[in-house]
Amino acid sequence: MMESCNCFEPHWSADELLMKYQYISDFFIALAYFSIPLELIYFVKKSSVFPYRWVLVQFGAFIVLCGATHLINLWTFSMHTRTVEVVMTIAKVLTAVVSCATALMLVHIIPDLLSVKTRELFLKNKAAELDREMGLIRTQEETGRHVRMLTHEIRSTLDRHTILKTTLVELGRTLALEECALWMPTRTGLELQLSYTLHQQNPVGYTVPIHLPVINQVFGINRAVKISPNSPVARIRPVAGKYIPGEVVAVRVPLLHLSNFQINDWPELSTKRYALMVLMLPSDSARQWHVHELELVEVVADQVAVALSHAAILEESMRARDLLMEQNVALDLARREAETAIRARNDFLAVMNHEMRTPMHAIIALSSLLQETELTPEQRLMVETIMKSSNLLATLINDVLDLSRLEDGSLQLDDGTFNLHALFREVVNLIKPVASVKKLLLALNLAPDLPEYAVGDEKRLMQVILNIIGNAVKFSKDGSISVTAFVAKAEYLRDVKAPEFFPVPSDTHFYMRVQVKDSGSGISPQDLPKLFTTFAQNQAKSASRNSGGSGLGLAICKRFVNLMDGHIWVESKGLGKGCIATFIVKLGIPEQLKETKFLVMPKIPSSHVRSHFSGLKVLVMDENSVSRAVTKGLLLHLGCDVATVCSSSECLQAVSQEHRVVFMDVYVPGIDGYEMAVQIHKKFAKPHERPLIVALTGHADKVTKENYTGAGMDGVILKPISLEKMRMALSELLEHGLIFEAI
Amino acid sequence: MDVAQLKRQLIAFTELLYREGFLDEQFNQLQQLQDENNPNFVAEVVTLFFEDAERILNELANNLDQQSVDFKKVDAHVHQLKGSSSSIGAQRIQRVCIIFRTVCNEKNVEGCLKCLQQLKHEYALMKSKLETLFNLEQQILAAGGPPSI
Repeated sequence: MMESCNCFEPHWSADELLMKYQYISDFFIALAYFSIPLELIYFVKKSSVFPYRWVLVQFGAFIVLCGATHLINLWTFSMHTRTVEVVMTIAKVLTAVVSCATALMLVHIIPDLLSVKTRELFLKNKAAELDREMGLIRTQEETGRHVRMLTHEIRSTLDRHTILKTTLVELGRTLALEECALWMPTRTGLELQLSYTLHQQNPVGYTVPIHLPVINQVFGINRAVKISPNSPVARIRPVAGKYIPGEVVAVRVPLLHLSNFQINDWPELSTKRYALMVLMLPSDSARQWHVHELELVEVVADQVAVALSHAAILEESMRARDLLMEQNVALDLARREAETAIRARNDFLAVMNHEMRTPMHAIIALSSLLQETELTPEQRLMVETIMKSSNLLATLINDVLDLSRLEDGSLQLDDGTFNLHALFREVVNLIKPVASVKKLLLALNLAPDLPEYAVGDEKRLMQVILNIIGNAVKFSKDGSISVTAFVAKAEYLRDVKAPEFFPVPSDTHFYMRVQVKDSGSGISPQDLPKLFTTFAQNQAKSASRNSGGSGLGLAICKRFVNLMDGHIWVESKGLGKGCIATFIVKLGIPEQLKETKFLVMPKIPSSHVRSHFSGLKVLVMDENSVSRAVTKGLLLHLGCDVATVCSSSECLQAVSQEHRVVFMDVYVPGIDGYEMAVQIHKKFAKPHERPLIVALTGHADKVTKENYTGAGMDGVILKPISLEKMRMALSELLEHGLIFEAI
Repeated sequence: MDVAQLKRQLIAFTELLYREGFLDEQFNQLQQLQDENNPNFVAEVVTLFFEDAERILNELANNLDQQSVDFKKVDAHVHQLKGSSSSIGAQRIQRVCIIFRTVCNEKNVEGCLKCLQQLKHEYALMKSKLETLFNLEQQILAAGGPPSI
């Protein structure tokens, strides 16, 4: 035996066949065991992620050690030393340790590994589900986009045909339809007429009755409804031997009218008329209507309804606007024509006025010249009447032009103080001749409380009274005419026919009521309102006699009376029963003068005028040589002893107690005059020594006159001065010590 | 020519002057003032007027010729002329003066010059007409008839 080499002997002999097989197997095992970690390392290195490196190391160690064990085993088949045996033992021990450790560890790891697998599966499912949902959302998005695009197309036009056509086209495109049709209700509402189709160019009056069950069904709900391809509304295209027609869907399109827009019940309850939209999928395509497609169709149908109603509203408003424009043009034309007419009338009036005035003025001028000559009293009376009548006529001519100014409202009254009583007397005097020719009795009755003087427009008041009395005379064949005038008290002021006219007298004004009653032909009730309209004459009257009036009279009167804050009306009991014309006007009460005696005598009657002032010493101051000479001539003619100066300084030097009157021409109203007057007042302290100071001026307004009297002047005479004027001025001065009214 | 014919001529001429607005009522007044105490009153006044007017017209021409027109002075002169003309009844001249004053207020030099032209024109006319009138009167006087109307 070999005990001395300390070797071990294998249990079996190395030549045994079994030993040989074991030897080879061990070799291969070792090889495999060494190559496995290599492979692992190689593949793990290749893949980027492997969570269990620690396990790998362990496993690797285990495998390597097993391989080592089997490798070392190879040496134990033959005689081997103790070292080998020891190594073998160590290897085996290590292997045992590691493998047990590995086994223990695997208990922990394997469940983990398994769970990884399940999680992977779960995530894969989830991903698939999400993919599906994504697909759905995308589809919906698509649909939504289509709807928006469709709506945009539909709403981008306001023409109903375009709207409907576009709807069909876009729907057809979006949903890839074979055919799309719109049936509109006819006027009678009993049938549906094929109005628009996608592919057929000219649908020719193809109608179906509206009360078919399928149609009622569709109209009954507001959703898209699948209908049979064989129903009459769907059979619009030629059946060209296709096998399976595609599915058909129909939806109602409400046709809204303007009055249907009630917020609360829109659109269910308020619409009565529907159109029918029919959509057909392509045949043989095996496509089906999907929910989202149906929703799309419903939305589109609603949008179409709205768009159609907008188009209807627009049509309506365009039509209204065209109508208005036409009317505008017509009105404009009418206005321009009216303006032309007014201008023509004004031009005519102006021209006629001028033509009429010229001879008038000649008459007036020559009559006044005539007045200056030697006349017998009767002649004088006649000439005076001619003068007055022609003055009146001139006023009337003025007023024909005034009427147009009256109508514009641009006429203003010429107020002044005048003698009311005298006015009436003058009117009566004017009318008396005409009245007596017609054998009419004219009676004037002035109330005792009617003031003698009043403030108002004398000329126009006279015109009004004259017109009314004239009318009374004109329209009476016989009988009498009575004129009464009195101050109107409150209870008489109101006329039942004009209750809004409520005049109130005051301290500065009073209301005068004048009534003219005649027993003439009267006026029928239907003509009464027309009396005061311009140019409207009583047709019946003018037929019976030549009335000769201009038709303007009463209209002008009414306007004048209105301007005087008054009211005028006519009453008549009927034809042949005479009539009563009444008017009320507001007149001012003339203010009392500051002097103690209220002597308003603007014209001193000629009998009181002194005709000669011999020896009266007067001083005339005038810068203008010509007017100085004229004034001097005037005064000389009247017998005065005249001294003249040409400046204010000379005047102050020359004036003395002997001069009774100083006439001074005032160039700049007020300034020089004041100074002069003041100086003269200063010069003569005692009032009775001072000469009377009279201003001569060409400017004549009330303010100036009051300024003069305030400055201490005793009177104002307006240039140009006539002989009469000077005579009267001197008389008044010498009698009263001053001149009341500028003359 | 005998007195009656001359007189008729005078009347006609005077009427013409009134009608055409050369004279107005004031002139008539002047004529009334002429009497035996004052036999040449009208002639004197008219002569004064001519002198005055000519003076004023010259002044106006000077004033309006300046670079910067003194409208106040112009206005003053025109006012004087207006006063004179109204005193003797030269209606047309007076009217032009009124217009002149308005234009002067607007400080319109062009307008003023135009008015001045018109004034000169009217004045010349007036002068010649009045001279004719006086001539007629002289003739009547010479022929032995009573003066004036």
